[in-house]
Parts: sequence; structure tokens; C-alpha cells
Amino acid sequence: MTSANAAHSVVEPSAVVRRFAGSLVVLYAIITMIPLVWIGLTAFKSPDDAISYPPKVLFKPSLEGFCNLFTTRSRQTPDFIKTLGPPQGLCDSIARSRNMVVAGPSNYVPRFFNSLIIAFGSTVLAVALGTLSAYGFSRFRVPLKGDLLFFILSTRMMPPIAVAIPIYLMYRTVGLSDTRLGMILLYTSVNVSLAVWLLKGFIDEIPREYEEAAMIDGYTRFQAFVKVVLPQATTGIAATAIFCLIFAWNEYAFAVLLTSGNAQTAPPFIPIIIGEGGQDWPAVAAGTTLFLVPIVVFTVLLRKHLLRGITFGAVRK
Amino acid sequence: MNDLSASSRINYQAVMVRPSVERRIRGLSDKALAWLFITPTIVLLLAINIFPLLWTIYLSFTNYRANRPNAPTIWLGTDWYQSILTDPDIWAAMQVTAHFVIWTVVIETVLGFGLAFLIDKKFRGHGIWTTIILLPMMLSPAVVGNFWTFLYQPQIGLFNYVVAFFTSGDASSFQMLGDVRLSPWAIVIVDAWMWTPYVMLICLAGLRSIPDYIYEAAEVDRASKWRQFWSITLPMALPFIMLAVLFRGIENFKMFDMVNLLTGGGPGSTTEVASITLKRAAFESWRTGYSSAFAIILFVTVFGLANIYVKALNKVKSR
Repeated sequence: MTSANAAHSVVEPSAVVRRFAGSLVVLYAIITMIPLVWIGLTAFKSPDDAISYPPKVLFKPSLEGFCNLFTTRSRQTPDFIKTLGPPQGLCDSIARSRNMVVAGPSNYVPRFFNSLIIAFGSTVLAVALGTLSAYGFSRFRVPLKGDLLFFILSTRMMPPIAVAIPIYLMYRTVGLSDTRLGMILLYTSVNVSLAVWLLKGFIDEIPREYEEAAMIDGYTRFQAFVKVVLPQATTGIAATAIFCLIFAWNEYAFAVLLTSGNAQTAPPFIPIIIGEGGQDWPAVAAGTTLFLVPIVVFTVLLRKHLLRGITFGAVRK
Repeated sequence: MNDLSASSRINYQAVMVRPSVERRIRGLSDKALAWLFITPTIVLLLAINIFPLLWTIYLSFTNYRANRPNAPTIWLGTDWYQSILTDPDIWAAMQVTAHFVIWTVVIETVLGFGLAFLIDKKFRGHGIWTTIILLPMMLSPAVVGNFWTFLYQPQIGLFNYVVAFFTSGDASSFQMLGDVRLSPWAIVIVDAWMWTPYVMLICLAGLRSIPDYIYEAAEVDRASKWRQFWSITLPMALPFIMLAVLFRGIENFKMFDMVNLLTGGGPGSTTEVASITLKRAAFESWRTGYSSAFAIILFVTVFGLANIYVKALNKVKSR
């Protein structure tokens, strides 16, 4: 325990100060978690429980939200439902208790799948391009290096809507509107600036001597890059990849303006999940929960590198 | 046996292929390799960022409308720029944006620095609680912002219920998203909830960068804790705080997703930040030329302000 060693230092906060600071931070953390916990709870509520007053913390769990998320239903007369055979599975029996029958799968799964393909596709491309450029900027004397790096960063200062106007026209001309490839290229171009800046920081930290030693042993520069630098940069590359993945996964502005059906991702789709008479909140919450869980996992994995990622590598620990 | 011979065959092929690839790459000088590595990124950015930007600049001087691609395009010169800069609606949108940016940045900086200061006291379990606090900023602003419309529902929403509970008022007596006085604050609250951890994380790095011996020296000199905070902690963390303010300022100036889902700019245009105005002009009334000009004005504004700010930041850093 390092804290025990450091306890002799005059600058260590006293136990009272620590406990006071700790309780304030815990209080903030609990308050800040309430909306997220509420999303998770609402996902397992029945529609009536979700909109009850006062809001219910204790309730009978129901899978109706998830059923409504994955299916489309049509309203039928009770007489018609009696003529049908036994319900097919849990969702069908829930639907029939509300005088409805399951009509088919909803669009959530295809939208989720689009999110996966576009996020992974753009991440792989951005990290590949970013690693090459970052190595180039880190190790070689490139003319106008500072200007080029600043140019790469400045592409992030455009409001997304401003970029979307010409991209919309350009994609319409070349036939990339509402395609996954179009979205992958667009997200790659946004992510590559982050990838270059972050990876340059990581590669800068790898001593040049490693490659120089390898090159003295007869490796070419390219071999030294592949066999010495890349393995050393694995952590940095993984952290960068997760940041790119999270951006592409969360992105909404381009997705809502440039896709309509074929390539639509989950973020523009989840808010328009509606039931009879307005938004179907348990279904929205279920869709949101499934969408957020991967990010929560990634955040925990990434916590050591978060600072670097969110500041484009400007702040390193 | 079979496996062994198969693997040796693969090895043999690899040896066959390698020399030619190697010769090609060995022949490259470092300079050629540097360009080979950097060019793909630059080409992609030229194609998907710079070419569109130039196109936007061109369109901003014309009457082009994306929903009438076959209509003749007329060169208008700087007409759009003049009409935008004299349009009271645009200035109203800029005021809404300024209200949003200033208040979110102030609240997030104060709360974020305060939290970082407390976490820096290294109480037991601070690592876990820090990770928990960081969660909101990693989540999709659109998806989570959308869920806040549920929390803000009068009567059934949790936010209204909690506020009513503590003020012993009526949960259905106020509408965070439907009231012209409250809606600008509704979006500030969600943004602060989401991005305070961002500022906290950067400030925490700043506080941890201050070496202990400076505080030890201050203790020896019998400087009070209060004095230490104002003379050591704050000045030394200032470059970090300023960096956080820069990033939050740029991001919130561009804010679109969360506001679009929470209020869509309403009620009326009370929460119509610049990006929403731009979206309405570009993708609802299809005034492509006009919206291009507005986009360029916004870009120049962010870029100019950011540059001035970075100069100030560097001055503080070099002190």
C-alpha cells in the first residue's frame, strides 16, 4: 500500500477530510447514476407501471418492453384472437393479453446490425490509416508537419450539420446515399483525426532505439515498423480503436440526416420507437439498455486511457 | 506427419514470396515511406472533408437548392452572408447558443473542478467511484438525451417527481421541455449531467501533475490551506482547466444531437441553437445556398475563437 508509506507526508489529507470528500463524491455519483438506473428499470416495466404516478421503484418485472422492441404487433378483435391456435412463445402471449397478435420482427435488429458493421468497419479503417500516418509523423521529417497535423485536427471543428450538407449532395451524385459504405467512409474520416493524434502520442513514447537496433540487425525500416513498433504499440492501438468504436457507435447527427432505411443505425432509430398513443417507453428503454451495455463495458476496460482519448492525446498521465 | 509436411510447404511458399516484397520495400527511402504512410489519410480527408468544404463555400455564393437540382444555378455573390448577418432570427439563435455554451461551460467547470479536487483527496474506493462518475459522458448523447424527455415528462417523469417532492410542489405544474422559461435550462441540465465528468477528468490530471514537494514547501512556510489553494493549486491546474473549457466550448457550440432530441429547438425557437437553425434551413426548407453560407460563418467563428483561445492558453502555459 503506497498510501500507508505516504501517510507521514505533511501534505496527505487527514482521515476526516478524506471521509468528507469521499461522501460528497459518492453522493454525486449516486445522483448521476439515477437516470441510467431508471433506464434499466423502465426496460423491465410493463407500460402501465412505466407511466404510473408516483413513479414506481418496486414493480413486477415484465419482458413486454423487450417483446415490443423486437416485434411489430397488430390489434385484433378478441373474437378473432379466439380463433387462433395457442400463442407462439412469450411475446405472443403478452401481445394477446392486450388484444394484439405479433405481426413480425421489428427493425431494431437490422438497425443494431448496421451500427455494428459501420462502427467496426470505420474503426478498422481509421486505426489502420491512423497507425501508418502516426508512425510517419512520429519518426520521419515531414515537410509542414505541424501544419498537416493541425489540418488533420481542424477537420473536427466543423459542426456536423455543416459537413452533412455537401456530403449529402456528394453521396447523392456518386450513389453512396443511405449505404453502409458511405457511412463507413464518413465515420472513418472523422475518426482518423483522433486516431492520428492519439497514436502519434503512443508511438512517440516507444524509444527509437528499438527500431534502430532492429535495423542494425538487418531489418528494413518497414520490417522494424511491423515487427518492433506495432507489437509495442498494441495497447495504444487497442485504446484508440475503442475510442473510434465508441464515437461511431454513438454518432447521431450524420446518421439521422444521411440515412433513412437501408443503412440507418440504432441511435436515430431508438427515439422513433412508438407504440399506440405515443412513445412506448419500456420498449425505448429496452432498446437503449441493449445499446448502452457494450459502451459501459468498454468504458470500464478503457478507464486508464480515457483522459488521453478525450483530449486528443493533449493530456497524458 | 501430414501436418508437418503441410506446414513446411507453407513456410516454403512464404520464403518464395518474401524476397520480392522485401526488395520492393527495402528500395524505398525513409522519405518515400513517410509519404506512403501519410498520403492515404490526407487523401481521405481531402475527399471527405476538404472537397466538401470547398463545395460548401461555392454553394454559399449561389441560390442552389438541394431539392431542385435541375433548376439553373445563379451566382449571388455575398448576398447570403449579408442577409444572414443582418437577420434578427440568426442573432436570436446565436444568443440561444451563447446562453447554452456559457452556462454549460461554467457549471461543468465549477462542478468538474470541485469533484476533481475531492477525488484528489484519495479516499478509499475513489477509483471505482471515479469510473462510475465517468459513465454518462461515454454514452450516446442522442440515445440518452432521448430518454431524458421521459424523465422530464410532467406528472409521470422522474425529474418532475423529484423536484416536486423536494419543493413540495405539484409534479404536473411545470413542463421542463414545454415552457419557454424552463426549456433553455432543461438542455443545460442534461448537458451538465453528461459532460461534468469530462471536465472532472481533465482537472484531475491537472491536480495530480502538481508535485507534492511544492505543498511541502508551503507547509514549511506555514501557508494556510486557503492560501495554498489560491497560490498553488488553482494556478498550476489552470492550463488543464482552460483546456477542458476549450474542448467543451467547441463541442457545445456545435451541439446538435441532444438538443434535437430533447426539444428540437422548441418551444417556438427558445432552444434553437445554431446547429438546429442550420439543420432546419438545410434539410427542412432546403435552402442549400443560404445554409452553406451560415455553415461557413459558424466554422469561421469556431475556428477564430479557438485560435485566439489557444494563444491565450499557450501564454498561461509558458508562465
